[in-house]
Amino acid sequence: MIDVKDLVVSYGTATALDHVTLTVGRGEMVALLGPNGAGKSTLANTLAGLLRPAAGTVGIGGRLALIPEGRQLFPDLSVADNLALGGWRSGLRDPSSVYGLLPRLAELAGRQAGVLSGGEQQMVAFGRALMSRPEVLVVDELSLGLAPNVTADLAGHLAELNREQGLTVLLIEQNARLAFDLCGRAYVLESGRVVAEGECAELAGDPRVASAYLGGAIT
Amino acid sequence: MSAFLTYLLNGLAVGCAVALIASGLVVIHRVTGVVNFAQGTFAVVAGLCTSSLLGLGFPHGLSELAAVLVAALAGLLTGLAAIGRRGTTPLSSLIVTLGVGVLAYAVEIVLWGDQPRSAPGLAGSVTLAGARVQTQHLLVIGVTAAAFALLALFFGRTYLGKALTACASNPYAARVVGIDTRLMGLLAFALGGLLGGIAGVLVTPLRPISFDTDVTLIVNAFAAAVFGALTRPVITLAGALLLGVAETMAAGYGYGSHQLEVALGLMIVVMIVQASRRSAISQEQT
Repeated sequence: MIDVKDLVVSYGTATALDHVTLTVGRGEMVALLGPNGAGKSTLANTLAGLLRPAAGTVGIGGRLALIPEGRQLFPDLSVADNLALGGWRSGLRDPSSVYGLLPRLAELAGRQAGVLSGGEQQMVAFGRALMSRPEVLVVDELSLGLAPNVTADLAGHLAELNREQGLTVLLIEQNARLAFDLCGRAYVLESGRVVAEGECAELAGDPRVASAYLGGAIT
Repeated sequence: MSAFLTYLLNGLAVGCAVALIASGLVVIHRVTGVVNFAQGTFAVVAGLCTSSLLGLGFPHGLSELAAVLVAALAGLLTGLAAIGRRGTTPLSSLIVTLGVGVLAYAVEIVLWGDQPRSAPGLAGSVTLAGARVQTQHLLVIGVTAAAFALLALFFGRTYLGKALTACASNPYAARVVGIDTRLMGLLAFALGGLLGGIAGVLVTPLRPISFDTDVTLIVNAFAAAVFGALTRPVITLAGALLLGVAETMAAGYGYGSHQLEVALGLMIVVMIVQASRRSAISQEQT
């Protein structure tokens, strides 16, 4: 579903992704871990077609939606308008299916997105991505800046969509514990390179990866 | 008192024309982050086109409509030059719009010569509370009110209008959901051309238009747009009306040769006040 081979992405002379190879199978939920500046968001933006690779290939086997880091809503527009614009590609304008999954959004529909709490904004970003009827969802930092109960709620919805609708998910996270709870496999990215990959259970036992739980760099 | 009322209504009409051009500046700046210094050119092109088409015997209505569409096309072409190439910074695009304005001088002189041209508008005048007002002035006020109402409906109620607002609100997020921000920018330029064109066809019967009239128009419109921090259409409208009334009062009470200075003075005062509060011209995030 996602097939990245030898991907190189540069900003001018700085190389952000250096020959990254990564695959996510249909219906799979895979984590991508790494510290700040590792190139995780660069990969997310490249998968979404917002950045052009300098070399390598990116294959996406279905409609992809991105929940970007920092929510990135349209703060001047209402929640309902944010959701409707999420359907720009799919042609879906009516957010009732999203309201069915996330009833809180129906209550917030008329509110301006910019004044909502971080958790509510993340929920809007989540709903907006679903409006494009994605087959592949790339989630960039689901838990960033959110209270644990809000993160758990959203993670539950994500797992449900993956389990019941076969949604393919690439979960980009710094919170390795959350990522390992949700995903079967994971990649670890550092300084633009994949430095570890495998089953989450195995990676959790790797002392280098374990140090990342504590926020230390993987060496 | 009747003289004051006459100046007030005439000033509102002048302000309305300025508001239409300024709203074009605001629409383009909101969506693209570019200050379009060719905005006055759209009004000039529309005014000169109207003059030619009426001179060729085309009827009223059709001539003005065609002229406004030509101005919208000019807006689109200006947009292609300014933002057509991906990655062009707003500052580079601004310089391109200045260049387009200069190029337009040459084209206009070749097509229409360098002498001012006029066009007949609505004839006659009406008396309101003892003040005589040209019917054309009332037409300008009415059309401007309708144009602003339609703009509010377009941006507030339509999906396309909201997509344009989304580009202004968060260009990165707009790209994330799949909106082509460059295409939306071109649409904003065409809309800016349309608004400038409406101003041009309305103003030409009131004051002759020549290739270099755009300078006066853009200075006034820019002053009004700065009043609205280049982002807020309603405050821009208020600024334009204030400017129009101030200029007409200055002219009416014997300072007619200093109209432009009134606009420039007002613009400088507003910019100084705004700059002391926050950045008057804030670039959109890219």
